[in-house]
Amino acid sequence: MIKLIKFILLILFLILSFQKLSMANNNSSQVDKISKNLRCLICQGQSVYDSQSDFALSMKILINNKIKEGKSEKQIYDYLKNQYGEWIVYDPEFNKKNIILWLFPLILFIFGGLLIYRKVFIN
Amino acid sequence: MKKNIFYLILLLFFTFIFSVFYIGLDKPNFYTPKEVKNSSLEEFTSNELFSNEQLNSKDIIENNKFTLVNIWASWCVPCRLEHSVLMDISEKANLNIIGLNYKDKKNNAIKFLNELGNPFSKVLTDPDGIISISLGAYGVPETFLLNNKSRVIKKYIGPLTKDNILEIKKIIK
Amino acid sequence: MISSHIGYYSLLLGFGISVSLLVYSIFCFKKNNQNINQNIFSFLFLQFFTVVISFISLVYSFVISDFSNATVYNNSHSTKPIFYKITGTWGNHEGSLLLWLLVLTLFIFLFIIFSKKQPKKYRFLSIFFQQIIISGFFLFLLLTSNPFNFLFPVPNEGLGLNPILQDPALAIHPPILYLGYVGSSIIFSASLASLVQNNINREWAIHIKKWILAAWFFLTIGILLGSIWAYYELGWGGFWFWDPVENVSLMPWLCLTALLHTVKVLEKRNLLKSWTLILSIATFTFSMIGTFLVRSGILNSVHTFANDPERGMFILLFLFSLIILSIILFFIYQGKENTSQKKFFLISKETSILINNWFMMYFLSVVLIGTTYPIFLEVIVNEKISIGPPFFNKLLIPFLALFLIFMAVGPKLNWIKDNYKKIKYSRIVLFFICMCISFYLIKKTSSEILFTSILGGAALYLLLVTTKEFLNKKHNISQTISHFGFSLFILSILFNSLFSNEFSANMKIGQELIYEKEQIKFLKIKTFDKQNYKSVIANFEITDEKKNVISLYPEIRIYNQPNILTSEADIISTIFFDKFIVINLLKGEEIFNVRYQTKPFMIWIWISVFLISIGGILSLFKRH
Repeated sequence: MIKLIKFILLILFLILSFQKLSMANNNSSQVDKISKNLRCLICQGQSVYDSQSDFALSMKILINNKIKEGKSEKQIYDYLKNQYGEWIVYDPEFNKKNIILWLFPLILFIFGGLLIYRKVFIN
Repeated sequence: MKKNIFYLILLLFFTFIFSVFYIGLDKPNFYTPKEVKNSSLEEFTSNELFSNEQLNSKDIIENNKFTLVNIWASWCVPCRLEHSVLMDISEKANLNIIGLNYKDKKNNAIKFLNELGNPFSKVLTDPDGIISISLGAYGVPETFLLNNKSRVIKKYIGPLTKDNILEIKKIIK
Repeated sequence: MISSHIGYYSLLLGFGISVSLLVYSIFCFKKNNQNINQNIFSFLFLQFFTVVISFISLVYSFVISDFSNATVYNNSHSTKPIFYKITGTWGNHEGSLLLWLLVLTLFIFLFIIFSKKQPKKYRFLSIFFQQIIISGFFLFLLLTSNPFNFLFPVPNEGLGLNPILQDPALAIHPPILYLGYVGSSIIFSASLASLVQNNINREWAIHIKKWILAAWFFLTIGILLGSIWAYYELGWGGFWFWDPVENVSLMPWLCLTALLHTVKVLEKRNLLKSWTLILSIATFTFSMIGTFLVRSGILNSVHTFANDPERGMFILLFLFSLIILSIILFFIYQGKENTSQKKFFLISKETSILINNWFMMYFLSVVLIGTTYPIFLEVIVNEKISIGPPFFNKLLIPFLALFLIFMAVGPKLNWIKDNYKKIKYSRIVLFFICMCISFYLIKKTSSEILFTSILGGAALYLLLVTTKEFLNKKHNISQTISHFGFSLFILSILFNSLFSNEFSANMKIGQELIYEKEQIKFLKIKTFDKQNYKSVIANFEITDEKKNVISLYPEIRIYNQPNILTSEADIISTIFFDKFIVINLLKGEEIFNVRYQTKPFMIWIWISVFLISIGGILSLFKRH
């Protein structure tokens, strides 16, 4: 009984502590979200979001303009990929040349599962 | 026998990985966007540097057989180096040269041209840098050689060299 | 000047000793004599001592700013504060390799001291294999990365150290990380020795577990320090970017964590012998792969060392030789162990650990493939793509939720065989309650509700299960703390990323803006001149709806040598959230770009990782 009470108190504490947070939607703006997914061509190890290079700053203005024009995220990514190549987006496409990238870990997972199945159920 | 085959495959696998890494060592790890063949320059409007009037790129380009669009800025050191080359070709060849002033202050740009000379028939401005992005450029200096239909014949990344100029001269003949 | 000579000749001497030890250890192995042990001990100490002398010489050269030494010239400056002159010793390629040698030689020395109960032949073989690695690194250092190259004429001033590296967290991050990262070398050598000697049994498991725990502890803390540094220093408010250098430290960690669990099965049930060996060898192999990826220039990253394909070639050949050696040894010696086919029952602790390994290997493959795929693509198809956070998040998060659930069930099962009827209904009810709570809390955000709420529910379930374990008298405290820490870790990251707020705008001095019921005032800036930089400190005041005011002081530093601008964020941390502000100078204007973030539960991310590592250390000091 005491355990149950302690448990309920713990849950209440957790819920209450969340009231301290502002419960608005995830607030990074669209520009930030898109620019976090783009690579800076000048400082190539950084995202456009992090980079302070001229290119990155111009990109952020461009993205902002395109959002105001009503373009969707996908349209913006496609436009930039057309200008600069697939490299500029951090999210690799799911196309023929990337298929191994996306599927190989899953194939390995299934393979591992089969090994365990063999070990546990077959002797 | 099964064991031997397994180990052989394992060895081959690692040899393959090794070869890929070996070849990969020679590749540059810095990315430069590939040149897209037969691309066209997107149409853009911009304010002229001196007169502040709004001009359309298409109007300027279609009146000339060849146009050279040079993206430059007063704060860009390599641009200073290539400027003499630009001056040279503006005097010697019959070529319409347009300057696109990238993320610059009007006063500094005018001072730059007064100091080093103005090879441009028109100087357009790109204060936010977004026109350059629409052209597929990402830094300064970059130069495009276009025909009268805005098709990109040649693109140069970095300051123009004397060899580039010879190439341009050959093309426009 | 003379310190460079001392350092160099000490290295040469060390190399000579390491090659002699290579031969001598095999000699001792064949002879199996009692007395020889003493000589080996002295040689190992001497080898370690030469590296210490060499290391101290380099530190000394840095401290006195001896620019006749090329490494000091390239990486230091006379105006650098003394603390950073010292820590700058390992903030470059050559110095960090000297640190590699220091840890390699230290660990084999300590190994001989602490393995007295183990069979002699096994110990000699361990020395032999470790010496192969040590000699290889001596050679690497002397041939391609000599820290004691001379410059003539002697320059007046050095080129300076990147100011981003001048930070206390980054100063201690390499030594601690290397104790784990390089320390896994001893596990590699000992495992190969164990393979040859057919020594893989319970006693060996207990013995090697200590080394695994030690390496794992340091590796965990090392990675934590790196993330803390990235958060406080790099100015974007993030702490993990799936950058190649970060991934490269994560891969041995995943291996080592899997190994930690597998060796328990070996200890309790004398099973999974081959798999334990494979993991042991794989861990250090990944350390070497990582060294290759990061120092050869093959990958593009924010924090790469000096990129030199010649060095890359050496490491690649060295790495490949070690792999071939391991495969050959496996081929020759593997069949010889008597594989007593004990049965694995589905509901048992061993099977849970197998499942743990299954998932960990999946995570490892995702990180590995995500990091190296661009190389394969470029070599084979000549196209460049980028792989970043979206890829890793998509492939890892769904499996992480499942993993957490297994973590809640597995550790409580008995060895050999357990009964599924033991699963209480209360547990299942609790599970669904957790899912509902998670869904309720996450519903209010926009993102992918399904996966994140399942993940949150699973993490919450694990948290509650492990909390309940603390009340249980007979429980494995190290295991409970680590698993509790892990659940807290996932929960903190989840809620941090879901409930973070960010505000970004260009502001002038004196300007006020309102964002999310808070008033942000840009009061003033002050300029100071410091030892090697000019400091521009801005004063911001944030007032919330309850009229509480906090002051934040983000800084811009203008360094003179090298000529770099850095932004130093100001962060106020409380147990509920971090307030994070960073400013950037917009070119030539009096306007600053201001980024202000509220990041909930940030400090819990660090605390939870620390808790995870505490579990490991407790296990190390537990008496059987």
